[in-house]
This record gives sequence, structure tokens and C-alpha cells, in this order.
Amino acid sequence: MLRILGKIQRLGIITEKLPEIGEPALTEIGEQLKAHIGERFGGSLAIREVDAGSCNGCELEVQALNNPFYSIERFGVHFVASPRHADMLLVSGPVSRHMETALRRTYEATPEPRLVIAVGECGACGGEFGISYASCGAVSNVIPVDGVIHGCPPTPLDLMRGILEAIGKRSAGC
Amino acid sequence: MTPQGPLSAFPQRLADVGVRVEARESPGLAPTQLILVKSGDWSRLGIEARSWGCRWVASWGEEVDQDVGDKIGAAIRISTCFEHAGAYLVARTAVPCAAPVLASHTTSFPGADRPERHIRDMLGVVFADHPDARRWTRHQAWTQSEYPLRRDFPAAGSPQERTPADHQYNFLLAQGSGVYEIPVGPVHAGIIEPGHFRFQAVGETVLKLEERLGYTHKGIEKIAEGRDVDGLARLAGRVSGDSTVAHAWAACMAMEKAGGLEVPPRAVWLRALMCERERVANHVGDIGAILNDIAFAFGFYQFARLREVWQRASREAFGHRFMMDCIVPGGVAADLDPRFIATMRDDARLLGQQIGKLMAIINDLPSVADRVRGTGVLKPEYARALGCVGFVGRASGMDFDVRRDAPYPPYDKLTFKVPVHHYGDVNARARMRLEEITASLGLIEALLGGLPPGPVRAAWTHPAAGAEGLGLIEGWRGEILSFVRFGADGRIARFFPRDPSWTTWPALELLIHDNIVPDFPVCNKSVNGSYSGQDL
Repeated sequence: MLRILGKIQRLGIITEKLPEIGEPALTEIGEQLKAHIGERFGGSLAIREVDAGSCNGCELEVQALNNPFYSIERFGVHFVASPRHADMLLVSGPVSRHMETALRRTYEATPEPRLVIAVGECGACGGEFGISYASCGAVSNVIPVDGVIHGCPPTPLDLMRGILEAIGKRSAGC
Repeated sequence: MTPQGPLSAFPQRLADVGVRVEARESPGLAPTQLILVKSGDWSRLGIEARSWGCRWVASWGEEVDQDVGDKIGAAIRISTCFEHAGAYLVARTAVPCAAPVLASHTTSFPGADRPERHIRDMLGVVFADHPDARRWTRHQAWTQSEYPLRRDFPAAGSPQERTPADHQYNFLLAQGSGVYEIPVGPVHAGIIEPGHFRFQAVGETVLKLEERLGYTHKGIEKIAEGRDVDGLARLAGRVSGDSTVAHAWAACMAMEKAGGLEVPPRAVWLRALMCERERVANHVGDIGAILNDIAFAFGFYQFARLREVWQRASREAFGHRFMMDCIVPGGVAADLDPRFIATMRDDARLLGQQIGKLMAIINDLPSVADRVRGTGVLKPEYARALGCVGFVGRASGMDFDVRRDAPYPPYDKLTFKVPVHHYGDVNARARMRLEEITASLGLIEALLGGLPPGPVRAAWTHPAAGAEGLGLIEGWRGEILSFVRFGADGRIARFFPRDPSWTTWPALELLIHDNIVPDFPVCNKSVNGSYSGQDL
């Protein structure tokens, strides 16, 4: 136990203020996100991630939002295990035809008002897979979508920016 | 001269037992041997391959025009790949489209079960004595009498307005008092891929787990048809996003072998550098996730931190956090800036040290050991029966690694340790990953130190129509097989990628037996099969 505490103390907090490799300020986006969430969602935005047929690339980057660098929970965003608890669906695509009904049901199980964001090139427009006998293509071909986050896959920062935009758009529209 | 391999005498053995066998030359498959077998001898082939000690690797079909007696008729050509002591052999036969019936290999090799059902769903080949008549890849997106990989099936298909959920799939039911069923998925609680698990349990103990996959079926094999080589490389890089480097490499290797293209040495070394980086990233992330699934948050966040640092370095050096689309036909998309050689070597050393310090902490905790030791045991005989590859196989005594046993450049010039364990529990699979990280970090240093000079991409020339190639790569999950056949104008006629997950998903059903339901997440994560890679 002492060694764990020692490690934690030596490492300190690595959650970053200003990320490197030319990315715009993480905290800036985060603070905006937090402000919007505070205003519109009572300080807490619950997201249900749905893989509707992706290659797993998007999922890895959504998972990264929870790592200590991004630590998206500090801005009031958390991922929930059920659509019943969610304010927002983050859907990666393309929507395979085998997932079409599961996605519709997940959408219907999400209480209103709900936000849907299509994640990644495939979710946005079908990407490398397009529309076929096996794929419905973009998420918007199956359920209504409020925002899209491009990228193959989108980086964690792209994801944060996209979530912020979708909330902002919905707030303005109301 | 034909090289003497462990399988070179196998065709003769087949002939001795009365199998009509014909050896063929196929430069795109070499050094893999190619033999043609009459369809009536297919069952015998399976039996003999088993008694020879072969591992059943993969099977794929394609619709072709074939001489049927005195006329040309449509036929399904089936190719099955076997491996023994590092030597590969492809056996091939054909059945007429009008009556596509063939003996099953599942009776000799249990690992052939789902792959054969996939071929049945996609091409309509009936495996007469297959023990499981249920569909596998097909849910409700196309009908029982339609076969997406037949030539008369358009890629667009004729989908219904809405595809209904899959139903009437007969899961095996356990009977008895106190037995209950837990359906899980396709939408899972975590941020992971979709699939369905059907548990039969008594109290907390799992009596039986049955998997139902195919939810992420995106028609990869079909939409590959007609693509150019760059398009196929991009598609292959998305068969399983976490293995983008390995799948793109395997597909490019297949295309390059089909075209007889020599890839510049520097490109090959850079490919290996990326592949080892991918292996490290996934193993580091998964060790964290395994710790998370036993509620040890400290370990999870520490390893998530290391993975993020590693991915950022990949982005700086190669322009993408997963190095997606960095492997292209003929080489790699961009050269490595020399300034990264030193930084990458330092990063590798630092990561090794950091993991060492963390493991000193983790190894000290009886609560961690308690959750992973003896949990989810995959017995070596099961691993052998299913032909499990990669770290899952090696944690259960299957001492095989393509990089060492069927070496491809640059691994033929490198020495590295392939760890192997025998106990087959979650602990063994986690140890495998740690030891593979150490081996990969050593390889990364060696690759950076020996990076040859020269160009990083060879000019592409279209292979002849009909040319075929086979790529075999050790990805982080294990052996990836990639088959490519070219059609006219350098376009792809057939693409079949076999992700190692085909061999490890059935293993999960076995290793969870008699464990408690709450240990399923950690058992699943310790294997971490790809849904997308198996659903295609």
C-alpha cells in the first residue's frame, strides 16, 4: 500500500492543462464544456457509447477520454452502462444492418430530450464501408443525429470538441 | 529445388492413402505449398492432416469458372490452409455451384466450425457432415437462399426497409432446477464492440457460455471486390482498428506477393517498427483493462497513462495515433524522420522501466493474484484442438509465432524471445503480454539501430489477372492470414482476412466454464478477441 501511495505522490497529477503536439488547449475546451453542461445538464452529462458496427478504432479513442490525460469526468461528462441513464448517445458506425434494430432500440430506450452524435468518418458518412447489403452507412440513415465528429478515428480532443459543439448547438436551438 | 519442410512429404502421404492429389506451383503463395484435391477426398484430407499433426489455419471460398467434364460451369473453389512446425500448405478443391456439397473438416478440427458456417452463409457451400446446422454470420440482412459472395449477388444487395433483429437462433439451453439464463448484448455496458453472450448459470457459476457474433458484419469481403490496391490497403486497415498495422501489412504482403513485387528493405523495417509499436500499445492498454476488471483502479490508470504517452509518440513519428494507413502497397506512406530514432529508443527504454516499477507494486498485492490466478483456465489440449494462436495460444502451451517459425523480413534477421506459458489462466495471459512487451521493446531498439537506408516505397505494377497472394503476419493478437486474388486491370477479385480472433472466441466459451459470472469481464479482456475482425 505504501508503495502505491509513494507512486501516486511521486507522479503527481498528470492531467494536462496545455497539451502538446499542436493541439489547442484542452482545458479551454474542457472549461467551455463544463460551463455548458452546468447550464444545460445540471452539471452532469451522461453519455452512452454505442458501437453500431465500427472497426473498434473509435471505441479506443472514446475510452482514452477516461485516461488521466483527458480525464473527461472532471468536466462533468461520464459514460454510463445503460441508455436509460443517458442524456447523449455517442454512436460509432457504419451502422451494420445486423445492428440496425439494436441501435433503434437503444435510441428509443434513451429518455428525451436526448442528443445523438455520430462518431468517426463511418458514423458521419459511411466512411470506408459505405452503404451495402451489410451496412446502412451513416448513423443518420437510421436515427436522427444532432452532430457529427469526423476523423478516422477522431482523436480524444476531436471528441471533446464535438461533444461541446453538439451541446452548444442544442442550447442555442432551444 | 523444393525446400524440405515439415509438410513436404504430406502430399505423398495423402497419395499413399489413396487421395487423388496434385501439387501445383503458385508463386504468390510460396513458400506455402499448394495441392489440388478432389472434392470426394476432402474428408480424408482433414483426417490425414490431423494425424500428421497439422493445425487448421483458415478456409475461404471463391466462385470461379471451372471445367466440369466437357463444359465450363460455375463452381465454388474452397481453399484450406494448414500449418505444421512453421510450414504452411494450402489444399484446394472445387464443387459445382449447382450442387455445392463438401465434407466438413470440423469433425477433425473443431476450430473449423465457425469458419465453415461462415462459408456456408456467404457462398452457399453445404458442409454435409457439419455438426452444427445453424447459421453463423448471417442474421436477418439477407435470406437463407442468398449468398453475398456469389457473383450474381450485387454488393448493394436488396435490403429490407428495416432489418429486423436476429431471432430464432437456437441457443443451447441448460435444464434443471436452479439453472437460469443471462442474455448479454449486443449493446454492452462498456465502451466496447457489440456481440451477444448467452450464459447458463447456477447461482454465480457459469455452466455454459454461448457466443453469438456477426453484429458488426460490414461485408468487408464483398466490398473489397473491384477495389484498387490502395483502396484494399485502407479497407484492410479497418478490418480491426486495433490491429490496423498488422492487417494492412498482411494484405499488402499478399498483394505484393501476387505481383512479385520486392519491397525496399527500409520499408519492411519500418513496417515491423510500427507493428511492434502496435503490439506494445495494445498489450499495455489491455493489462490496464484487465486490472480495471478486477477493480484495481490504480493499475488501470497507470497503464492507461503509459498507453496514451505511447500513442502520442506514434502520432508524432508516423502522423497517426494508431498508425492507420501508414502501410501502403509497395512500402510505407512516409519515411521516419531521423530525429525520432533517438527519441523512440529512449521512449522504449523508459516504458520498460516504468512497467517494471508498476509490476513491482502489482506483484506485491495478493488481492490481484487472487483474482487472476486459476481464473479462466484454457487447458492446453483445448487450445491445441481449437488451433489457438497468439498470446492466448502461447499462454496455453501453443508455442508458435509466425515471426519466429515462418519468418518474414525483417524478422528473419532479428533474434527475440517468444515467451510461452502452460497454465492458461488470466494470469498466464497477462504475463504473456508483459513478456511480449519486453520482447517488443527489444525488437524496437534493434529495428531502430539497424534501419537500412534507401527508398521506402516501390513503384506498383498491376499483377496479371488471376494472380493470387498469401500474407502471413504475427499481429498483436497472433497470426493473421490474408488472401488476395487479382482480377482484370489490377483490381481485387477476392480478399479474405483471417483475424486470429476466429481461433480465440471459441476458446473463451471453454475457459469461462465453471468460473463465476462476475469474472467474465476479466476473462474476456484477458483474451480480447476482435468482434469486427471476426464478423468481417
